[in-house]
This record gives sequence, structure tokens and C-alpha cells, in this order.
Amino acid sequence: MDRTPEHRTASGLPIEPSYGPESGRDLDRIGSPGEFPYTRGVHRDMYRGRLWTMRQYSGFGSPEATNERYRFLLDQGQTGLSVAFDLPSQIGYDSDDPDGEEEVGRVGVPIDTLADMEIVFDGIPLDRVSTSFTINGTAAIMLAMYLVVAERQGVPQEKVTGTIQNDILKEYVSRGTWIFPPDPSLRLIVDTIEYCAERVPRFNPVSIAGAHFRDAGATAVQELAFTIADGITYVERCVARGMDVELIGSRLSFFFYTHMDFFEEIAKYRAGRRIWARIMKERFGATDPRAMMFRAGVVCGGSSLTAEQPQNNIVRVAYEAMASVLGGVQSIFTAAWDEALTLPSQETAELALRTQQVLALETGVPSVADPLGGSWYVEELTDRFEAAVLTIVDRIDELGGMVACIESGWVQSEIGQRAYEDQHDLESGRRPVVGVNRHAREEPPPTVEFYETPPEEVERQRERLRRVRAERDDGRVRAALDALAATAESTDNMMPALLECVRAYCTVGEMTATMRSVFGDFQQPLVV
Amino acid sequence: MTVLRVLVAKPGLDGHDKGAKVVARALRDAGMEVVYMGLRNSPAKIAVTAVQEDVDVVGLSVLSGAHLSLSSKVLAALRESGGDDIPVVVGGTIPPADVPRLIELGVAAVVPTSTPLESVVSAVRAAASS
Repeated sequence: MDRTPEHRTASGLPIEPSYGPESGRDLDRIGSPGEFPYTRGVHRDMYRGRLWTMRQYSGFGSPEATNERYRFLLDQGQTGLSVAFDLPSQIGYDSDDPDGEEEVGRVGVPIDTLADMEIVFDGIPLDRVSTSFTINGTAAIMLAMYLVVAERQGVPQEKVTGTIQNDILKEYVSRGTWIFPPDPSLRLIVDTIEYCAERVPRFNPVSIAGAHFRDAGATAVQELAFTIADGITYVERCVARGMDVELIGSRLSFFFYTHMDFFEEIAKYRAGRRIWARIMKERFGATDPRAMMFRAGVVCGGSSLTAEQPQNNIVRVAYEAMASVLGGVQSIFTAAWDEALTLPSQETAELALRTQQVLALETGVPSVADPLGGSWYVEELTDRFEAAVLTIVDRIDELGGMVACIESGWVQSEIGQRAYEDQHDLESGRRPVVGVNRHAREEPPPTVEFYETPPEEVERQRERLRRVRAERDDGRVRAALDALAATAESTDNMMPALLECVRAYCTVGEMTATMRSVFGDFQQPLVV
Repeated sequence: MTVLRVLVAKPGLDGHDKGAKVVARALRDAGMEVVYMGLRNSPAKIAVTAVQEDVDVVGLSVLSGAHLSLSSKVLAALRESGGDDIPVVVGGTIPPADVPRLIELGVAAVVPTSTPLESVVSAVRAAASS
């Protein structure tokens, strides 16, 4: 079999033919599992104490279909829910807005008002299930809705658990569901962090995501570096608000892709823990260990999966999941093998979950914390990875921080350059991908099927929205939106005003438009 | 030989712009001038910009599955803005069955996601000279 001529990791770090005792000798830098700087994991007994959370991402066409899928997944032993929203809900358009008419229910569930969120979680006890929301631009609104659903179930806010992604900075770079400019967006994020710290202590109000940088073409090194730089920005803004750094640090979690370079991905999580612990301790003066811990959720799949010979993806996802566990992550989403082709069926989604269950229960891998700790290669790679990340983080500091680097388009351009190079590497065969540029066989071009929301479901969604608008108390809606606008003009926390809007059945579109009238729109830098 | 001017835009709400940006770089490397419009452009804005910028080709990138509806809206907007002579090339996740449908709508060429960059460049050149 032909091999890669150059021996480098996927990020371009050089690799020697073998490693010996000259690597990984600095035991203080490495530390012990559960101890600073957490290279070896955030818990002493790692998965013996508690397995990672198996969290599968889903959201389908309508609140009713989503609810049905959730009940199925919970019955199958899944331990946390994950919500995918359609694009209009992510960007703040109602289901009857002409700007979003092609997109209603397409990539996730449409949420217009509290009525939809009540259906999604119907019969699901929110004091016993933790829910992760992939939501950013409208994160504060969706958090408010979730809290009101809990309230109606009789579950007090202090018992609600879960995560909202709520990481707007990476949206400006890669995923594009921004609404407002960076400053007001950051203010909203600090509002949610502050509100959760005071009232919803078991909820993670932000999950700082690198995964989307990766989707846009970033290397693993860039993924971690830009994510760390985003994290620094959020902590700085919270500190500027006057929040306690120990409290802030304990509320943050991170989110990445695990792709195919096995040891580099393991090194990424080990380096990430060490870098973040040092930043929290040395840059922000944290002293509580919980404020220094880099807790990571990961996705296995994404752009590492291929539409060609798609069943090969089963193998890819299994390797990626094992790398994630050897890297010591806290939650894993394994993509279904047909993800590159269509929205997963019940059968392929189940196989994806079984992949994790086999790893957890049959391989013995989770029995020992950081089993690769002390491997000459893994320690050396962790050191090199860390150094490469810190070089980028320092550069961002020199350029004025992450917000400045996003507004100028520098981050976008760095990733764009790498995406372009990678496309050439793929087309020239420099980066081997089985079934694509190696061992490809004659087959018809892969057929990609889109989930087409049945028109009657879209119509039912719009009908429900019309009914809610007709039946709600207009006076209460007007007052709630006026109060929201007034709060946006002030420096007060936005969450109480949003909660009242939600209780009054204001729509996502109305709340977003009200905030936009005060905050304005983001002007995207048009760089490639 | 005159330098081709190409407008690259994403219509609709979908924010996946990796492909659009990679193609924009490839077209530039092939000697074309690229006007990159970024995300969430309305069909009307795309059409007006295409006419104002006097481009030879409009390139649309759609990964959300809404390519049929969005392409037909952009073509209609181009007709309304007096840009009906500007050929439109569509890229993104396009199921094979939809390629003839797009051509029937009036799209000059379709370059689905796995198309090599060289072929994308050729398709844009061919569209411009048709």
C-alpha cells in the first residue's frame, strides 16, 4: 500500500520514526490525573467514577417528531438530549417569515414560541434529563424558553441541567448564525452566564466551540487555538462585568471535532487541558481547581466522513470515538455513517450510539485514567501541539484580541487559506482518504438526500404560530417587548425581560427584531 | 484576453461558506476577478450587485438543500434587473437528480461538492463564453 510521503500530523506537526526516553521527562508539566495542570484528565479516576455522556444530536422537522425521537433515544439508554434547531430559529426568524421560507424544519426543529418548546419536551422530566442546545444567535431566548418549560413542569431553575452553545464568536468565523455585532452579542452572553451562575447553577451557559472552525477547514491546532482565544474573550468580558473568576471558570465547557489523526487528536485534548488550566491560573488568577478545568464534549464525524463508500464511516467514527476517550473527554456524539448523505434514520442513529456502548462496555479502555500518559510519543506530541497553539494565541493577543481579529477578517482568512490548501491536498492525493482518492471503486456519484420537511408539517407549524398569536394576551406581549427594548438600552441583565417575553408567548422573531432595533446588525468582513 | 469577473454569493440562510471561499480562491488563482458577497444575500441583492459590478458570471453556493427554489429566485431577480444575459453557475450539495432540473430552470452549469477545482474553473470559463 502506498503511504504518505511526508510524515506529519494532519495539522502539519513533524513526526519522527520513533520516540525515546528523551521525550516526556518533565513530570511536573504532565502532572497526575485530576491534578493541575490536568494534562492527564480532569478527574482522578476518570471513567471509573463516571462514564462520558453519550449524547446524540437530533432534531426533526417538527416539535412533535422531535419529541417522538427523544422518547425513543431515552428508551435506548441515551443519557442526554441534544437539540438541533432549524435555521430560521437560529437566526431569529419566525416560521412564516419570507426570508426563511425555504428553511423551516430543514436542519432541525422550528421553534417560534413557548408552545413549540412545550411540545418538544412533553413528557420528558427536565429535572432528570440534561439537554444540550446547539444554539448561538438566539441562545438567550431558547434558554429562557427551556427554563419556562421547566417552571411549568414544576421543576425549579436550580435543578435544571444542560448546556447552551451560546458561543457567538465562532459564528462570525464559520457557521454564520450571527445576528448582532460582537459587543451586544457578548453582552447577551455575559448576561446568560451571570444569570445561570446566580439562578441555574447546574446549567452550562456557554460551550466554547472549536468544532465549527474545523468544519470551515481549520486544522486541529487552529481549532484549539481559536477556541482558547474565544474562551479568553468570554472570561475577560465576565471579569469586566465584575463576576468572580472562580465562578466563571467553573461554568465553561468546550466542544470539538475529533477527526482521523488518532494521536494528534489525543494530544489536542491533553494540550487543551494544560493550556486552559495555565491561562485560568496565571492570566486570570483563578485558584479553585474547578475554575481551571477544561471540560470537553466532542463530535466524531463531520467533515472527516465521506459520501463515497459511506459505510467506511462506521470505522472512522469508531476510531475517532476511541481517540476521544483516550483523550479524556466528557461527552461524545458519534455521527451516523450516512450523515454525509442524509439525515440519519432511526437504524443508523442507533448504530452510532451502539458504537459508543461497545467502546464503553467491551474494550476495557475506560478502566484506566489517561492510559497513554507517559508514552514518549504522546507526551512529545502534546508538547509540540501546545507550543503550536500558544504561538497562534500570542499572535491574536498582538493583533488586539479575538474580536479585532474577527472584525478584520484575519481569522476567517487564516482558515480559508488552510481550507484551500487542504482541498488541493485531497485532489492531489497528498492527503489519503479511502474510497475517495485511494481504493476508490467505480460507483455512481453519491446521492445526497435532503430531509424535506413534509409541507403539511410546515403548514401545521405556521398554523400553530397563527393560533398562538391570535390567542395570546396582546397587552402583555406589547408590555413585555417594550420592557425588552428598554432593558436592551440599559446595562441590566436581559434574562428577566426575556423570560417575561417567553411567558407572554412572544415569538422568537419578535424578540430578535426588538433587540436588533437597539443592537443593530453585524457587518460581515467579505474576505475569502 | 479579458479578465473574467465573477460574483460569488450565498443566497438563503445557510452559513456554510467553506466551499464558496475555496472556489473564490481557485477562481482568483486562475486569473479571474472575484466579487465575494458573503452570507445571507437576498436574490434581489445578488442580481443588483451582479449588474452593478458588471460581472460575467454569477456563482451561487447552496448547501442547505434549497438550491432549486433559491436558484430560480436569483434567475428571476436577474431578469428583473436586466441581468438575464449573466450566466449562473450553482455549486453545493446538489443531488444528481436535481442537476437537470437546475439546467432546465436556466442555470448554465452545476458543480456539486465533489467537483475538482480545475473543473469548477473550466465550468465558469465555459459559462462565460456561452
